[in-house]
Amino acid sequence: MLTGVERRRGIAFGMASLLGIVLFIGLALGALLSWDAGTSGERLFTAYTWRILRFTLWQATLSTVLSVGLAIPVALALARRPNFLGRIWIIRLMAVPMGLPVLIGALGLIGIWGRQGMLNGLLLKLGLDQPVSIYGLSGILLAHVFFNLPLAARLMLAALERLPAEYWFLSSSLGMKSLSIFRFIEWSAIRGVIPGIAGLIFMLCATSFTLVLVLGGGPAATTLEVAIYQALRFDFEPPRAIALSFLQIGVTALILIAISLFPAPEDSSADVGRAVRRFDGKTPTARLWDCLAILLATAFLILPLASIILSGLKADLWNLVTSPIFLRAALTSLTIAFTAGLLAVTAALAIITARNAIADMKLPGAPAKSLSTLLGGMSSLVLLVPPVVLGTGWFLLLQPFGDVARFAPALVAAINMLMALPFVVRVLAPAMQLHHKRTGRLTASLGISGWAKLWRIDRPALTKPLLVGLSFAMALSLGDLGAVALFGSADLTTLPWLVYSRLSSYRTNDADGLALILGVICLILTMIGTAGYRKANDRG
Amino acid sequence: MIVVEEEGGIVLDKVELRLGSNNFRFDCRLPAGVIIAVTGPSGSGKSTFLNLVAGFETPDAGQVRIAGENVTERHPSERPVSIIFQDNNLFGHLDLFTNVGLGINPSLKLGATDRQTISDALQRVGLGDYERRMPGMLSGGERQRAAFARTLVRQKPVLLMDEPFAALDPGLRLSMANLLLELHQEAGNTILIVTHDPDELRRLADHAIFIDNGKILLEAPIEEFLTRTDVQALSDFLTA
Amino acid sequence: MRSTIFLSIAAAAGLCFSSASAQEKTLTIYTYESFIAEWGPGPKVKEAFEKTCGCVLNMVGIADGVALLTRLKLEGESTGADIVLGLDTNLISEAKVTGLFETHGIDTSAVNVPGGYTDDTFIPYDYGHFAVVYDTQAIKNPPKSLKELVEGDPSQKIAIEDPRTATPGLGLLLWMKSVYGDQAPEAWTKLKNRILTVTPGWSEAYGLFTKGEVPMVLSYATSPAYHLIEENTDRYQAAAFSEGHYIQIEVAALLRTASDKDLARQFLSFMISPAFQDIIPTTNWMMPAAKTSQPLPEAFGKLVQPQKTFLMGSDEVAKNRRAWIDEWLAAMSMN
Repeated sequence: MLTGVERRRGIAFGMASLLGIVLFIGLALGALLSWDAGTSGERLFTAYTWRILRFTLWQATLSTVLSVGLAIPVALALARRPNFLGRIWIIRLMAVPMGLPVLIGALGLIGIWGRQGMLNGLLLKLGLDQPVSIYGLSGILLAHVFFNLPLAARLMLAALERLPAEYWFLSSSLGMKSLSIFRFIEWSAIRGVIPGIAGLIFMLCATSFTLVLVLGGGPAATTLEVAIYQALRFDFEPPRAIALSFLQIGVTALILIAISLFPAPEDSSADVGRAVRRFDGKTPTARLWDCLAILLATAFLILPLASIILSGLKADLWNLVTSPIFLRAALTSLTIAFTAGLLAVTAALAIITARNAIADMKLPGAPAKSLSTLLGGMSSLVLLVPPVVLGTGWFLLLQPFGDVARFAPALVAAINMLMALPFVVRVLAPAMQLHHKRTGRLTASLGISGWAKLWRIDRPALTKPLLVGLSFAMALSLGDLGAVALFGSADLTTLPWLVYSRLSSYRTNDADGLALILGVICLILTMIGTAGYRKANDRG
Repeated sequence: MIVVEEEGGIVLDKVELRLGSNNFRFDCRLPAGVIIAVTGPSGSGKSTFLNLVAGFETPDAGQVRIAGENVTERHPSERPVSIIFQDNNLFGHLDLFTNVGLGINPSLKLGATDRQTISDALQRVGLGDYERRMPGMLSGGERQRAAFARTLVRQKPVLLMDEPFAALDPGLRLSMANLLLELHQEAGNTILIVTHDPDELRRLADHAIFIDNGKILLEAPIEEFLTRTDVQALSDFLTA
Repeated sequence: MRSTIFLSIAAAAGLCFSSASAQEKTLTIYTYESFIAEWGPGPKVKEAFEKTCGCVLNMVGIADGVALLTRLKLEGESTGADIVLGLDTNLISEAKVTGLFETHGIDTSAVNVPGGYTDDTFIPYDYGHFAVVYDTQAIKNPPKSLKELVEGDPSQKIAIEDPRTATPGLGLLLWMKSVYGDQAPEAWTKLKNRILTVTPGWSEAYGLFTKGEVPMVLSYATSPAYHLIEENTDRYQAAAFSEGHYIQIEVAALLRTASDKDLARQFLSFMISPAFQDIIPTTNWMMPAAKTSQPLPEAFGKLVQPQKTFLMGSDEVAKNRRAWIDEWLAAMSMN
């Protein structure tokens, strides 16, 4: 129900952001390709390449299946218990792993699961003398589940909470038991979002780098991303790096297409915005099961974080926080994160608006349809372009214009924006579709458009999801080291960079302290993102 | 009309409930086998009244009895009631047949007779050809008729309806009201219907209650209800 | 279109900035990040050199030695650097191929590194022997040779760095190659059982080590000095290996495109003078490559003094690195 102008404008916005993204990536690739590396035409793909490709896909598949599979009971339990004490904090904590530099997360995990970790300490007391070792595939999977299960659980929980309140009245009145409710209501809500979540997690795991090396136990565990990094940073062979990048993008895209072929059920129900009340799950078994799911998930999440906190508290936090270099880094990090977040939210809005506008057309032609597909695909696949490739490419492009370090903050923000885009789209799209469904006809009939629509109709309804998207993107950007490392310069000190630079100068204590602070900042960000959450869940 | 209290009727015996800052106190004995309209201004407690009967709220004090049985502590599914809301009465991702089938068996374990019952019910509400349709492909009126079909197969003596026709246009409301009347006459059930529409009140109800500020101000057979002038809030409502 | 506008804005901004400080002489040095950290040698070096040169020393920190070379390759002749400080000997051959460097032409007789390294372009400023550093609380009988490391108790684990992404990793690879020669793959296959994990960089491995997760780590013979001086603990020690230790020598060089070569040469001379060398041990935690004015802190006297030093020519490394890494990959990936 959009006016012609609105539809055209929506599509134009979408095309503009698509063009921007394509240019940003394309120019970088072009610059790298046209750069004469002077390397002889060595074979780009060797047996080694195929081996790491196999490993990349294998570990990513397992990680995805585990993360998504284990997130289901957690999301179900949290959705079924909308009112227990501390629930909101569990949900907030779920956003913290995402904002941690991966190495810090890995060290936290090792504090619990490692050879000298809590678990082995416990087993030792129980009389087991050989420590259980996580290094290898199991360690990689553990870490990937730690980082991705909370993400999956949060997105699934959101899908469950979008279900109409009447469903719970009806299911209760009809006497549906837990299993029936799962089969007829919950599963179909979750099933609808699983392809998207699985695709996202698959990409994150397929491009995993530090975790795979640190916990993988040896070079048998190597991903394509490692090879790309090696090709560009150590061997400096741009053609090889680009070929490997294309391999990574191509193969993963094929898998994503396969995932997207799973039909997402058409769900025409619309939330009427009533408070969520659940009448099911009152039996002791259900309570026990939910308790177990929530407790286990929370422990799995909180213990490594607690180990990070404990190490962090040993540092001289006051001195760290008040040091000028910290303050500068915090300011830089937050500025970059905010810029990246804002860009990501803007681009996501444009892309979703365009897709909604196309969906709104009565008979979208082939070009419109393919634009919609392209927008959808593009907004996920950007995750697969290795930041090292983008960074190096843009370095070459900008170099003729003077000291590249000066452009570095903008570039890092742009690269972080690309990384965050798929997440923000996932957070915003359902909310915007729902909003459009609820208000589209009304605003059309009242002839409200332009700024009035933006301010009076869209702002009140979309502020919350926009904040969630922004805080997601900012947390991601805050924890990212990758993009910054390329441009290293005294002017561009970010918090993760500070953590690493302390680590690389024997200053583990300081690094622990900084990691703690970074975690706290992420928590604060997610508090902003989940502000007003409790109110929505209060009854009455 | 003979009012048989306690026999099949709905009784709220000194029921008290506190939700946030709102206090509710209901005390009434409603006749069985008739259509009872529940009216009152917005926010007066009509839906809460329905929720108490359905079992979505449990009273802090007092008793809820249906057909002479104390159901106060019973789970909604164990009460002899069916329920229809204004919207979202069907699970959007399940076809009509499944939606109605859930009314017979919540695990959807259906025998051949059950399947026949479902088809008959859909036939009865004029949706015989729509068994495999998804709710999203139906009009609002058709969706409500499918919800009627589900109450048919459930065969519960009490039907609770929370503004079931509010989202429909006037023409459709009339035909839906006629369908409801027909079904009611066939089943002889007790229907509690929350409505805002004075026309609907006249058209459907045998009996009515008027709720204001968490209390029942008036409970009377429809003729008396419509002619009472001593309750100011009711007069305002009827002339609005 | 959009990007063209962006580029021209960027270019305009660039012009504004570069005209800022033209009066004073400026010397720009590219180095690795930890060199310019507030606790690193950078700030002190800057202060000491600026006292004598009447110039501004501008140090740009770029990740690590390898990234430094990559940065130079990317910038080519338009590089803003006058001097590059922080490559190691393994990278020299590759660095020379770029043709960006100029012979230094200064007297380097003050330089004194084990194995006696000299080059007409690259000047050593510090060095360190690779060593296995162990936790005395976890290991009572540390390996006394590389052979003992390779063949020792597999339940005592070590964390090493990846030769594909980190210079210490490459160092161990060359060390093994120097000691075992063609038998290196077999040795790696044995050592594999002791390796807990292979990390992308030194920081990750050392982090695992100081967290107590692994009792041994591949690091430098000088690492214990940090713990002795800064943390007052002798808990962490380097193991002396009887075969000898592989050395990492860090070097600096003058770029052909340097704007003020006299100033740059002045810095290179300063670099091998006591004023610079005094700073290195307790800030960069490496051994000085030339005389210091004072004896080294006591802690350095307690460090492992390798009897024999291994160092392969950088040409040989450049030629064989790929093949040796493949060899390593094959040995390490076998089950």
